[in-house]
Amino acid sequence: MDKVVRKRPKYLNLFEIKLPIAGFASILHRISGFGLFLMLPFLIWLLELSLGSQESFESLRAIVAHPLAKLLLIGLLWAFLHHFCMGIRILLIDIHVGVDKAQASNSAKMVLAVSLPLTLILGAKLW
Amino acid sequence: MVNRKIVGAHYGLIDWLAQRVTGVVMVIFTLVVAIGLRQGAGASYASWHEFMSGGLMRFVTFLFIVSLCWHVWVGVRDIWMDYIQPAGIKLALHVLTLLALIGCAGWAVQIIWRL
Repeated sequence: MDKVVRKRPKYLNLFEIKLPIAGFASILHRISGFGLFLMLPFLIWLLELSLGSQESFESLRAIVAHPLAKLLLIGLLWAFLHHFCMGIRILLIDIHVGVDKAQASNSAKMVLAVSLPLTLILGAKLW
Repeated sequence: MVNRKIVGAHYGLIDWLAQRVTGVVMVIFTLVVAIGLRQGAGASYASWHEFMSGGLMRFVTFLFIVSLCWHVWVGVRDIWMDYIQPAGIKLALHVLTLLALIGCAGWAVQIIWRL
């Protein structure tokens, strides 16, 4: 009787994991959500400036006009749009829409196909 | 010696449900604001202030703030649970996240309250 020696991974090498498209969209959901969490104080501060007074509204405009702020906001815009679209996908799967493998992978593609161009369009407007 | 792992399985369903309900509230708020902006609410300070200070809008914004912080709590706590192993660091991160979110919620609510 020959022994079957299976090579089992002792640890997960993140660079060797090939995620299917749904898994890829899913980890981006997590990353985008975490990024939004980290930037939450910044976003609340912008809300405060926008509603404080005429002067603070103008200072908000000046801040948003800075290229670095624009890049950051476009990054956050992508994070929000991806998280938003993925959230709707998850809600649909919860009500048993698009549960099987092919559909789930198609809907993951759709999330990317909606969130990325929308980021470009709205980002271009912001710029 | 009994070597038992203590896990809190009781909060899973309520968190799952909370994540969905708060998500739906935020989708509705997003659509309301997007429609408002599309109709030019962000054009000037006066129009933006008027848009946000309506009674219904303040009600919805308050729900949004509470939903957001609750949603972030469930999501970020899951991230700490998945990736941070030492119990002490994990506990500290949970507490810091919770305190930060409560503070942020208070701050954001005050912005709406002042309108």
